[in-house]
Amino acid sequence: MSVPMSAPMTAEALLQIRSLSVHYPAANGRAAGAVDALSGVDLDVAAGECLGLVGESGSGKTAILLSILGLLPPNARLGGSIRFHGDELAGMPLKGLNEIRGTRIAMIFQDPMSALNPYMRIIDQLSEVPRVHGGLPRRAAEQRALEMLEAVHIGEPRRRARQYPHELSGGMRQRVMIAMALIAEPELILADEPTTALDVTVQAQILALLQEIRERTGAALLLVTHDLGIVAQLADRIGVMRHGKIVEQADCLALFEHPQHEYTRSLLAAMPRLRVSA
Amino acid sequence: MSSTVSLPLPLPLLEARNLGVSYAIRHAGRRVRLRALDDVSFHLDRAETLGIVGESGSGKSTLARALLRLIPADAGTVRLQPDINLLTLRGAALRSVRSRLQMIFQDGVAALDPRQRIGEALDEPLVVLKPQLTEPQRRERVRSLLELVGLEAGHLDRFPHEFSGGQAQRIGIARALMVEPEIVVCDEPLSSLDVSIKAQITALLQQLQQALQLSMIFIAHDLPAVQQLCDRVLVLYLGRVMEIAPCAALFDRPRHPYTRALLQSVPIPDPRVARGRRTAPLAGEIPSSLAPPSGCVFRTRCPYAIDRCASEVPLLRSIDGSEVACHRAEEI
Repeated sequence: MSVPMSAPMTAEALLQIRSLSVHYPAANGRAAGAVDALSGVDLDVAAGECLGLVGESGSGKTAILLSILGLLPPNARLGGSIRFHGDELAGMPLKGLNEIRGTRIAMIFQDPMSALNPYMRIIDQLSEVPRVHGGLPRRAAEQRALEMLEAVHIGEPRRRARQYPHELSGGMRQRVMIAMALIAEPELILADEPTTALDVTVQAQILALLQEIRERTGAALLLVTHDLGIVAQLADRIGVMRHGKIVEQADCLALFEHPQHEYTRSLLAAMPRLRVSA
Repeated sequence: MSSTVSLPLPLPLLEARNLGVSYAIRHAGRRVRLRALDDVSFHLDRAETLGIVGESGSGKSTLARALLRLIPADAGTVRLQPDINLLTLRGAALRSVRSRLQMIFQDGVAALDPRQRIGEALDEPLVVLKPQLTEPQRRERVRSLLELVGLEAGHLDRFPHEFSGGQAQRIGIARALMVEPEIVVCDEPLSSLDVSIKAQITALLQQLQQALQLSMIFIAHDLPAVQQLCDRVLVLYLGRVMEIAPCAALFDRPRHPYTRALLQSVPIPDPRVARGRRTAPLAGEIPSSLAPPSGCVFRTRCPYAIDRCASEVPLLRSIDGSEVACHRAEEI
């Protein structure tokens, strides 16, 4: 893996990505089946900031998140640099990554049903993080888990904690996922389409919760979504992705009001808008 | 069938009255009945598009399936012009009505047989429902519909997996229109598509609405698309009708507290508007259909609920051209 170690570190960037590329070689070694999932991606996330990444399916949004966490499939070839607090994550050995993943960088997945362990009670899944990463004894870890369930506004947290994922509704499962991401007080939260699987009134609740958590904890949020309405509500800055590249990066308001790239304009034009008087 | 005399009747093309559908399911080891639709009444006029909106579990898809007789209804009537009760038809009579009602499914690729070429998939409804047509006539109809939905003759020999989601949805639309149906029921035809493709398919449906004077039932949770395509909108919650209103009235002046909450929950792609509206999202989640709340099914999440809402089921009432099932619709 070729990792240039020379990328300069700007003082305020919590996460700094430079010339990130992800290449999948064809199974038969020929050029025809090879895919460049990402190429030449540069982006910064400042402490406490919300960066929204938008784009259509296959544009590479999720590949960025997986690259950060070292979760790409084994045949993926990663290039470029991903620095977190100045530490290079690209090519970092598993031991180092495991000290960062789940504690300093956490992930909220799209589908909580497949991201949660169906055989584990909520309390056991949640308290695993402080037990493994924080070295807390069982009782203290469970107490912490219950506090987190309250923090994400799950009603009757003691009863819910004893249940299994399938006993919870979709919205509640997503709250559990968020609680799990927050339990180690990460500096950076990666969220991959966190509300896509939810109904619209529940989506509104989860978006309000994410906003509340940002204000309360000061964690930075890298939010991947296909919904421009969601980034309009939450993001400070927005990156627009297409074919594995970031075609435009701008402050939220500037992007919506003065889109520079033609693709951004077409995306905004295609976005259906609800016309409401209220 | 005796539908040769087509006088301009004042009756609607389709009218559902007190429609009810239950599913027999196993829950906690016991056999129970899940009431998926309860006392649903509405009508559809000719060349009109009626939107059906609601969240998961509201009964949208059940409604579509019951209208097409894909699942049995256990209460009510569905009258199709001139005077056919859709729910009691059998055998040949049912088959002859099938060409009048067709469906466009959510997932275009999954709705096609993976081992059938597109040409055959499009020809099949004609073979089954229009046996009087000759082969050249059928071939001509396949060709013209393919063109209508923006595909080419070269696509006929291909298999479903060779198409993108948007193209597959175009094929689904063409297939539904093959037999010249009077009513097309669309069950979330846009929900699996990316935003730019969604815009294309919405535009295609709009174009077909006008060109063919289609009568459509458009099921969606995508409210902007409903606003773009529908003349009237029916709002379902937990299998019951909350509100039926002309499209403009529903979006400008929602009467039911649930309709209002639904509209306020839709993300708006405009940072100034999105951050400007500080309405608290609706609390809680949709209750289980196995144990719906007494009285008004929405009352457990309704900010306006009073004692009466728990004891008395609100009936649909007419208020300024909207029909609303809420005891307090005038006050709020």
